[in-house]
Amino acid sequence: MEIFGAVITLIGSIFLLLGGLGILRMPDVYNRMQTGTKATTLGSILFLIGISIGHYECGCLGKIAIIILFIIFTNPISSNTLARAAHFAGIKLTSRSVKDDLKEDDLENKGEEK
Amino acid sequence: MLKKGTLLFFLLLIVWILLAGTNHQEIIIGAIVSLLLTIIFFSKATIFSEFHINPKAIFYSIIYIFVFSWELLKSNLDVAFRVIHPAIPINPGIVKVKTKLKSKLGRVILANSITLTPGTLTVDTNGEDYYIHWIDVTSDDIEGATKQIVSKFEKYLEVIFG
Repeated sequence: MEIFGAVITLIGSIFLLLGGLGILRMPDVYNRMQTGTKATTLGSILFLIGISIGHYECGCLGKIAIIILFIIFTNPISSNTLARAAHFAGIKLTSRSVKDDLKEDDLENKGEEK
Repeated sequence: MLKKGTLLFFLLLIVWILLAGTNHQEIIIGAIVSLLLTIIFFSKATIFSEFHINPKAIFYSIIYIFVFSWELLKSNLDVAFRVIHPAIPINPGIVKVKTKLKSKLGRVILANSITLTPGTLTVDTNGEDYYIHWIDVTSDDIEGATKQIVSKFEKYLEVIFG
């Protein structure tokens, strides 16, 4: 049981490591957010599940379930807000980007207002 | 009305039991406090008015959890692969998609589900339009993007929230 929990914790840690690597390697702020804030979601969840399996005798399963729920509910809200703030602060997408519908629509709206 | 009050009560009680454990005294106090909170705050908790409580909706909610977990796992592996690939095979862009959901809570949950799945990130919403940063843009128009990003979650949420 302990070994099984340890393996799951290890897999979670690998996802967290890849998330950190992604922050270094990705070209712009939005892609960094993709890996940095969310590849870590599964990482943290697996990490916590692994701990709860490895130390099942501590009776902390319920608390870990609540921590996971809080991660799931709060993580997307912070990433949404960060991405939106970055976009409206005028941070450009990387030159490898294909399209930007939001910017086009914003320009159209401004044109209509004038 | 009574049904939704009961739902709120049990939700509070379950969270309390998860947090405090299954000691008899803890459960009794938790039940009393949950009941008080339900009575005091129920009229203000408009968030529950959008749930449909019937067997089909509950069944679809459970399926939704599994579908969501599977998507989470799949797209995590996909993004992890993109990170370790030497050439970083990304094709990013912000696409616009449309949703059919009418309920506000449903839209929030859809946007959060999209954000939680790696590879897609909701940047802004405007009514029924979502602007989504997509790490690998494979379809250029609104319909195609909607089909690939939104549809897999939407068909379940549509039943749950109407």
